[in-house]
Amino acid sequence: MTVVIDVQNVSKQFKIHHERHQSLKERLLHPKSGSTELFHALSDINFSVASGETVGIVGHNGSGKSTLLKCICGVLQPTSGDIRIRGNLAALLELGAGFQPELSGRDNVFLYGAMLGFSRRMVDEIFDDIVAFSEIGHFIDTQVKFYSSGMYVRLAFAVAVNVDPDILVVDEVLAVGDERFQAKCIDRIRRFQEEGRSILLVTHNADQVRALCNRAIALDGGVMIADGPTQDSLRIFREHLLEDSVELDRTGAQANVSIDSITTPSGTFDVKSGAGMHFDVDITSHGAYSGNFVMEIFTRSGLLISRSDAQGSPVNLKPGPNRIGVDLAQIPLLDGVYDLNVGIVEHHRNTVIAWREQAASIQVSYGGREGGIVEIGATIRQQ
Amino acid sequence: MVDPAASQAERRSLADAPVRVVSARASLPTRLRNLWSRRELLFSLISSDIRIKYKGSALGIFWSMLSPALTLSIYFLVFSVFLKNGIPNFIVYLFAGLLVWNMFQTGVNSATGVIVDRAGLVKKVSFPREILALANVGAAVIYFGIQLVVLAIFLLVVGHQPDWAMLWILPISFVTLYLFTASVAVVMSAVTVYLRDMRHLMEVVLQLWFWMTPVIYSYENTIAAPLRRHGLSILYFLNPVTLIVLTFQRIIYVATTVKSTAVRGATLQILPSWPVSTYFYLNLAMMGVMVALFLVAITVFGRLEGNFESEL
Repeated sequence: MTVVIDVQNVSKQFKIHHERHQSLKERLLHPKSGSTELFHALSDINFSVASGETVGIVGHNGSGKSTLLKCICGVLQPTSGDIRIRGNLAALLELGAGFQPELSGRDNVFLYGAMLGFSRRMVDEIFDDIVAFSEIGHFIDTQVKFYSSGMYVRLAFAVAVNVDPDILVVDEVLAVGDERFQAKCIDRIRRFQEEGRSILLVTHNADQVRALCNRAIALDGGVMIADGPTQDSLRIFREHLLEDSVELDRTGAQANVSIDSITTPSGTFDVKSGAGMHFDVDITSHGAYSGNFVMEIFTRSGLLISRSDAQGSPVNLKPGPNRIGVDLAQIPLLDGVYDLNVGIVEHHRNTVIAWREQAASIQVSYGGREGGIVEIGATIRQQ
Repeated sequence: MVDPAASQAERRSLADAPVRVVSARASLPTRLRNLWSRRELLFSLISSDIRIKYKGSALGIFWSMLSPALTLSIYFLVFSVFLKNGIPNFIVYLFAGLLVWNMFQTGVNSATGVIVDRAGLVKKVSFPREILALANVGAAVIYFGIQLVVLAIFLLVVGHQPDWAMLWILPISFVTLYLFTASVAVVMSAVTVYLRDMRHLMEVVLQLWFWMTPVIYSYENTIAAPLRRHGLSILYFLNPVTLIVLTFQRIIYVATTVKSTAVRGATLQILPSWPVSTYFYLNLAMMGVMVALFLVAITVFGRLEGNFESEL
């Protein structure tokens, strides 16, 4: 496998001006420009992406993931270290940032293509595909300033994914457009994967990473805290978030909460499809807490099947051992192994008090003839 | 989910695809190579710049000629008709000089604020940022071309012949002009990010600069003698635009010594009476200096570029 993105010892610092002196007078009066502070956005990041890999970068706001992405795209220069990119890279950073509102959609397609580094001839060849994908139709000759924001973004996305990049960099942009267009984008990304292109996906939507990526990198405060299979990285990422929130939680100074185990009365997690299930969650708490119990069920390929509402199921933890019972009236899942994440989320601030990834795995056996994940139980009759 | 190991063979031959390096500081050859590889973007930007400027105006690009034409007529009226400077065919002399000056002024003026104005683009899309400044200089080149055509037609109409034997020096002089304009434009566009006053300062400086360049007066006829007496001629020629303007005037206006139209029987020394070879060598030397200056400008830009993000 060829390495297409190689990030070596990359650090990025920003100067933060507390007082900005941008006029000549101020510069002359304050030669040592105000008070500045160095902000370390990235510290010594190392990783590489092989061709054909889809890598997710997760991190909460301010973790440096967008800075890293901008460095990879060449919008920002790292303060030290270097990044090697092999092949064409198309970045979906801020869709439509390069658009000139006064020009027509057609002109903008060529201009945007040129900005992404593709020749006029190449863009010419795929022009019809771009227009078709964007669903702009005959508005392509209208000035872009008259476009709706949806059209704007669709056109930009269409250019970026149709120019045949070797590497696609996507930053939170899948949240744009209507559901149908989003599905189309996800579809296109999957096709890219099948074609063996590399994709770098940056998001704080863990579900999206789970669904699309086979590897994930987690950032926290500019430091890489995990790099590995998606499940592992996400687990580490969640645990990190947890540590942070416990640190912040001044109310119960040394107190913390841990989820010790999940057990069933029968001792096994094997269940027949359609049957009910009960399990107990044992929690040790140092201090009194109240929060909501949250449960997530995933398929092995990382698809979220169900997440119980974080607002809905209050529990009160008293100091010492606690036991919470969970009843699943009926499990409509088909054959397979399903992973269970459980946790407790604090009511008001929505911070996670305790979390356990892959706390248990449920083995469902199904005797019927339906395929997929869920038993719908359709009845067919001719009328 | 697609397993990377299972995904079929490498697309194309990625192994020999070019490698782009993003690092703290790119070397000058790398910067130049990047610039060259994105020349298509430069042309796209130039054409979109011009199209946006005249979008929806009925006369379109002809507006770009109206202002120079007006300047030309006013100077002609004031200096030749009212003040009687005595230079025959003064409008041709003026046209030749203004052609050069307009290109320099338009290029520098429009490029100075370009990085600040396009901050959104600079912070979001990756491309060599100098291209933005160079695109504005490129637009100035287009206007220069249009004015050159107008000048040619004008010469044809009034029946004035340029110095055909020296015409081949014109391209050298033009390249020198381009390189100088581009160098100043590139550096100023970056400096303006840090010092927003530069834009206004530059307007004032350019005005002063205009009068230090022999566009509407004749150097030989006015300050040449006193400067020479004090051995200060070199100071005047430190302004690179001077040599270019003189070359253009020499080639287009041709005559170095003319009979005054104001004072009967008097002769005026309008242009330096250097031989052709002197014009050639001076221009060649200046071009060499400008190539070096351009490289310095790109290097300086590279130094300043690193902090754009936190300044914009």
